[in-house]
Amino acid sequence: MGAGVYTRREFLKKTGKAVAASAVLGAGYVLADSRPDYPEEKIVESVSLNYAKDDSVLFGKLAVARDDTPSGLVKRAVAALGGIGVFISKGDKVVVKPNVGWDRTPEQAANTNPEAVAEMVRLCLSAGASEVIVADVTCNDQRRTFLRSGIKEAAEDAGATVFSYSSKNFMDVDLGGKLLTSWPVLKPIIEADKLINMPIVKHHGLTRATLGMKNFYGIIGGMRNQLHQKIDQSIVDLASFCRPTLVVADCYRALMRNGPVGGSLDDVKEYKTVVAGVDSVAVDAYLTQFLNLTPEDVRHIALAHKTGLGTMKIEDKVILDA
Amino acid sequence: MTIKTVRNLRRVSQGVFLLLFLWLLLRTGFSGVLTEDAIRDFRLSYPVKIFLQFDPLLAISTILSTWRLYDGMIWSLVLVVLTVFFGRFFCGWICPLGTVNQIFSSRKKNRKSIIGWNLVESNRWHRYQNIKYYLLIVLLGSSLLTSLLVGIFDPLSLIIRSIGLVVIPMTGYVVDFVNGVIFNSGVGFLSYLGIVLDMISRSVLLTVKPVHYHTIISLGLFFFLILATNRLFTRFWCRGLCPLGALLGVLSRWSILGMEKDHDKCTDCNLCLLHCHGGDDPIANATWKKSECHLCMNCQAVCPEGVIKFKLFPHEKKQDVKKAPSIPRRKVIASLAGGAALVPMLRSGDDFKAKFNELLIRPPGAVAEDQFLARCVRCGECMKVCPNNALHPTFLEAGWEGIWSPVLIPRIGYCEHTCTLCGQVCPTGAIREITLEEKVGTKERKGVSIGTAFVDPSRCLPIAMGTPCQVCEEWCPTSPKAIYLEEISVLKPNGESVLVKRPRVNPDLCIGCGACENVCPVVDRPAICVTSIGESRSAENQILLESRAKTQT
Repeated sequence: MGAGVYTRREFLKKTGKAVAASAVLGAGYVLADSRPDYPEEKIVESVSLNYAKDDSVLFGKLAVARDDTPSGLVKRAVAALGGIGVFISKGDKVVVKPNVGWDRTPEQAANTNPEAVAEMVRLCLSAGASEVIVADVTCNDQRRTFLRSGIKEAAEDAGATVFSYSSKNFMDVDLGGKLLTSWPVLKPIIEADKLINMPIVKHHGLTRATLGMKNFYGIIGGMRNQLHQKIDQSIVDLASFCRPTLVVADCYRALMRNGPVGGSLDDVKEYKTVVAGVDSVAVDAYLTQFLNLTPEDVRHIALAHKTGLGTMKIEDKVILDA
Repeated sequence: MTIKTVRNLRRVSQGVFLLLFLWLLLRTGFSGVLTEDAIRDFRLSYPVKIFLQFDPLLAISTILSTWRLYDGMIWSLVLVVLTVFFGRFFCGWICPLGTVNQIFSSRKKNRKSIIGWNLVESNRWHRYQNIKYYLLIVLLGSSLLTSLLVGIFDPLSLIIRSIGLVVIPMTGYVVDFVNGVIFNSGVGFLSYLGIVLDMISRSVLLTVKPVHYHTIISLGLFFFLILATNRLFTRFWCRGLCPLGALLGVLSRWSILGMEKDHDKCTDCNLCLLHCHGGDDPIANATWKKSECHLCMNCQAVCPEGVIKFKLFPHEKKQDVKKAPSIPRRKVIASLAGGAALVPMLRSGDDFKAKFNELLIRPPGAVAEDQFLARCVRCGECMKVCPNNALHPTFLEAGWEGIWSPVLIPRIGYCEHTCTLCGQVCPTGAIREITLEEKVGTKERKGVSIGTAFVDPSRCLPIAMGTPCQVCEEWCPTSPKAIYLEEISVLKPNGESVLVKRPRVNPDLCIGCGACENVCPVVDRPAICVTSIGESRSAENQILLESRAKTQT
């Protein structure tokens, strides 16, 4: 081999080295960062979830069903408001949001009644809903709460999908509230066509009552334990961000004290009642009586009223005896 | 049936038992059903602790340390009887750690290469193989003085905690990491892979969020070191260190299954040594070490001349077989004494009787600490099954003696009020199997308490900052709640006085579950913390005279 003549192998080796060296230099240049500690600013989508129907006549109504089985109560209350067809259209993707916060049995009344949830699922499916998802971001372990509350079994038997979530099932959203801005929201809630809020009536140490609006703590993840610091504004921010199609409140059993976890049957009182309506504030205001309170006693209800989310003056409503 | 079939049967058996073992270990989690009664207790679907219940080493050690045989441990008699009849078949055919070691030992078996010759040499019997007998005696000696150090070395405890607390969480991390990359990539078709990975973590690994275990690096390194030694010596752990192997080796001396050799036919090809698992010198013109043989059947299967034959009731010549390891009686006594002497040394150090460790929160149903150390075999089943990731292996919280025994770390996970899973999986009753009613309590009787919560006023939001909070009170699972509220007036920085509710703990009601600590918004060092005092299992670790009287009755 004469001088200055490369074999193919030598040529490839030398070129390879040159390419590698420039790649290292190039990578260094590209990755160089003079202020490595600055986190990138997160771009958060602004979403408003208004599932409520714009119907002032409907908005003025509250349906109250008494003395029946949980499923009978739900059926009658919804029928009194004009039937499920008023709320659910064919092909709708519906999310039913019960309170499944705690690892408790139905009798302990810390979670929404499973038969009531199942009946709601059946109603939605009968109105032609393409899919019904039962979802809640629980307090205790989600597997335990859905199982012991009886909601997993009842909802699945009724034909719903019980949503089990991981950190990937949340989306950072700008809630646009006075206090709550960027928070992770459970995706099915955002992607739904209709949302049905199914709270249970419970005592709460800080707010005195946990009802429909407070139930929306269960649509967000993140550091929820900080919300207690300004709980009334947090609840109102969430309720303004997300307005359900319909609220069907379970007061078959109410948790009268040691809420919201309870644990003893002594804390439970049976009312055999379901209250349904579109005005979240009015439904909550009506429910306060079951805990021997007035709407004014529960500050987030008063704040929601003042904000204009709805009315806590139930005397302004048409109460339908379902 | 030819010998090759027998060997293949052994391989199948190893595979089946390893898979069964892994399956049961994976099911050691939130996988079960609710009872039909009003209490609706959650029960596991599978007998996940069954491997441990067949372990005679754990049975004998707990008998020595407690003079009792707990519940299902009686099954270990089956293995004792079978070993007395058939030898160490457990090591070669069943033991999951043995199989894993075997997998890590495997290499090309070419007897003409240098590696092959080295392998033949290393597969002969060596003196280090006696270490396991001394270790066994030391461990039994310490068991006799009520310290169950045997759990550190028992192969089943070892592999359960190593895979359950190290390998499975590592797998979970990888699954989660890959899933995150897929998720963030936003590439459409990859999302299907993400769904599969999600299913793996939920249905196979039984996790809804990544799990973390305290100090697993220490026990993980121990395990990986054992695996690594296989690259130097085939099944180094099984041959040299395993105390269960030693026990079964001793029992196998009466075995009716033995070896006959036809010395004249042997051509010294060394194939038997090349494939030997136990290092027991099966070759002709050497003495077969019966107590070392795992009955893998390789020697007979590879022998081209038909020299070696396993037989029931063999005609053994005295120079052909050595039935028991030669451990001089003096050394037996010395080891036993050494093991026994370990205990006073450990207990003259950090001991709960000298100072209760406030961080040592034991699982609900755990027996009193001295009994606990006499029963806990460090298998980690309770930590694996805990659905809240609340139980962790200790490092030195329970002293050197209590290494890798369970401790509850509320900041990572709290004890779920209505969960009794740890007691369901404990093989030796270190955590008693309590009913849900016993754990939760009744109106007349307080439930099982594992500690007491204390509020740190310098960090508590209402007290220190005049900010409403009471998340601890919200979560408190007892009824009536153990956290009660006192309205106080607090000076805000702007000079204004505000009324807030400060949480206070009623020690009569507090069960120490740690839910309050877990959810406290002061995330680094919570403003409410649980320490072990007030635990039902201890008569001494109590604050109040009255509750002390209650635990003693």
